[in-house]
Amino acid sequence: MAAPTTDRTESGSPGAQTVSMAKALNAGLRAAMEADGKVIVMGEDVGKLGGVFRITDGLQKDFGEQRVLDTPLAESGIIGTAIGLALRDFRPVCEIQFDGFVFPGFDQIVSQLAKLHYRSQGKLPMRVVVRIPFGGGIGAVEHHSESPESLFAHVAGLKVVSCSNAADAYWMLQQAIASDDPVIFFEPKRRYWEKSELDTSATPQPLHTSRIARPGSTATLAAYGPMVRTALDAAAAAEQDGHDLEVIDLRTLSPLDLAPVFDSVRRTGRLICVSEAPGECSVTAEVTARVQQECFYSLEAPVLRVTGFDTPYPPSKCEEQYLPDLDRVLDAVDRVLAH
Amino acid sequence: MPSPQHDPPSWTRSSVGSAGAVEAEPTAAQVIAGLRATSEGGDDLVQLLSPEGQRVHHPDFTLDVGAEELKSLYRDMTLVRRVDREANALQRQGQLGIWVPLLGQEAAQIGAGRAMAPQDMAFPSYREHGIAWCRGVDPTELLGIFRGTDHGSWDPRATGLHLYTIVIGNQCLNAAGYAMGQRFEGKVGDSATGEATICFFGDGATSQGDVHESFVWAAVYDAPVVFFCQNNQWAVSEPTERQSRVPLYRRAQGYGFPGIRVDGNDVLATLAVTRWALDECRAGNGPVLIEAYTYRMDAHTTSDDATRYRLAEELEAWKLKDPIERLRVHLVREGVAEQDFFDGVAAESDELAARLRECCEAMPAPGPERIFSQVYAEPSPAVQAQHEELLAYQAGFADAGTPDGER
Ligand SMILES: Cc1ncc(C[n+]2csc(CCOP(=O)(O)OP(=O)(O)O)c2C)c(N)n1
Ligand SMILES: [Mg+2]
Repeated sequence: MAAPTTDRTESGSPGAQTVSMAKALNAGLRAAMEADGKVIVMGEDVGKLGGVFRITDGLQKDFGEQRVLDTPLAESGIIGTAIGLALRDFRPVCEIQFDGFVFPGFDQIVSQLAKLHYRSQGKLPMRVVVRIPFGGGIGAVEHHSESPESLFAHVAGLKVVSCSNAADAYWMLQQAIASDDPVIFFEPKRRYWEKSELDTSATPQPLHTSRIARPGSTATLAAYGPMVRTALDAAAAAEQDGHDLEVIDLRTLSPLDLAPVFDSVRRTGRLICVSEAPGECSVTAEVTARVQQECFYSLEAPVLRVTGFDTPYPPSKCEEQYLPDLDRVLDAVDRVLAH
Repeated sequence: MPSPQHDPPSWTRSSVGSAGAVEAEPTAAQVIAGLRATSEGGDDLVQLLSPEGQRVHHPDFTLDVGAEELKSLYRDMTLVRRVDREANALQRQGQLGIWVPLLGQEAAQIGAGRAMAPQDMAFPSYREHGIAWCRGVDPTELLGIFRGTDHGSWDPRATGLHLYTIVIGNQCLNAAGYAMGQRFEGKVGDSATGEATICFFGDGATSQGDVHESFVWAAVYDAPVVFFCQNNQWAVSEPTERQSRVPLYRRAQGYGFPGIRVDGNDVLATLAVTRWALDECRAGNGPVLIEAYTYRMDAHTTSDDATRYRLAEELEAWKLKDPIERLRVHLVREGVAEQDFFDGVAAESDELAARLRECCEAMPAPGPERIFSQVYAEPSPAVQAQHEELLAYQAGFADAGTPDGER
């Protein structure tokens, strides 16, 4: 039973439904576990509770306690033992409860998970997925709203992706689990309950590819994870002002798939990169650098970035001002168009 | 110390299931075993006041407490419970983003908090509202964390209460280091004037590397730190058996310092044991591990639904050991307090709750300067520039006549 049970859409395809990203992730995990008996889920509260976001809801009931492990409370332990299990050809899918709690496991991720394949010269593939609900906008206390993806993208040996809708959540998670490389899988928690179309009979696009989420011609917005929705909303609002914005969902942060971005910028001449993460030394900084290198003669305006500020994540009453929103994106659109 | 054979069944090898699906509904035998496992502290439990409110003799720990002290312990527990319930309600009404209840852990916290001397330092996790109370931090100062206006507004140095720490286990190493500093500065050696540190964490936290490392550091440097573990039986949805095969207090033995399990619902026992442990530290005989055996009577937080993973019967069993009720019965039985005392505390609780609510509702949202202030000790031109950029951007909306903050 791979398909989630929810409202059918009217689009006609037999596998098409409208589901929340949370449901799609749950269905993707379930499909991966059914397809491969070596796939196991491990983390804090993922079993009986089904995870604090219910992404693993019902999996322990159906697959048993040896395939869905309520682990002791230690992230280094979760990642480190997942590595050991991967050495015996298990495919662990680790859940980190919130973005800010991955750091006790950072050592194992950077020192072993990222490097064992290289150190063993290919003899020890690290088929481990680390799922991290990330980003803000949910009014949470400290350490529950961070966007640490750039720290992982900076580490050679790790692959880093982020989904932005139900279909990508469903497919990308299964692709990440099937990957022979370790994948850090960032889930935009504030979008967990937003619904979008999922066709489980469709053929998914490859994992490490970006995607044009909305075609346009005036300027390009490049975003990923939670900011794709924001970028699309901004594009819809800009349409009222006669601006036809293209939105690219980066999907894969390491390796980056920038060919569609270069192609887009060559057409529009203008690029704005959007992320919740602070801009300094970030994924958006990398995209910006590469675009100016590849598309220098096509650019009509400097590449702009709309990001979180270079500060710790603030108390949540400030987050509306901290996080990029529709207005800040539109403000950047005005600025690139002023050139 | 008794041998492992004397342990309640929960402390034997945990039964990580055989392959295949587990049963959704526990059997009656499992329910009973579960209740026994979580509500019995075992032979080593230090208790001075029975759940029925009777003083119990203990060979190692005694406590001389007068009528006034008994009454003030009751008052403290009652007031912090009221603060806790009011804050929980404020969350339900949308005034707080989340609340982390201490319900059921009042004796563990008031006992430990009241054992501290003014010169001592406490490192809380995120549930230690009773410790904050004992350090003289006004309950209204806790609200900002949960309302989202600050990350803790009190002065840790002035109050002897470090900021709340949410990343599980982090504070234990910080506490060990602080205690090392107390020793390096010669503050240890006199049990009257010496300094000590006390660090609070949960049963789940005992699995974290940071906590184990803090035990190592404290032991190697003879640091004057009391590791105070509130074993409230649950780490969100995971029972303590998910974290350990042995009772938590026995972990200390392996690191080379004493570990004591105290009835965490018995404020007298907690006070006596913690006082002893802090004095040991002050005198240079630290560290000490205390496991306060207690129960989280509410959900993990206001975001949690505990009915998904634990039985209502368990709560009912623990209600019979309620920390406040047991002291109340004792006060009445011994004739220490009359009805007007209890009425007075109730009235004071009402006033405190009203003040808490009023302060909460009146708390101003921080301005954009809060985002950028104090990122670094030395001024950062880059952060300053981003602050100015945001102000200029917001001014653009003001010029356009859009009310600020309502874009
Ligand atoms: C490093 C880290 N991982 C995960 C979490 C999420 N989390 C918050 S509280 C908690 C359970 C803690 O249990 P315990 O230590 O027993 O303390 P209690 O909440 O019961 O007081 C978890 C898993 C966290 N805060 N920090
Ligand atoms: Mg606990």
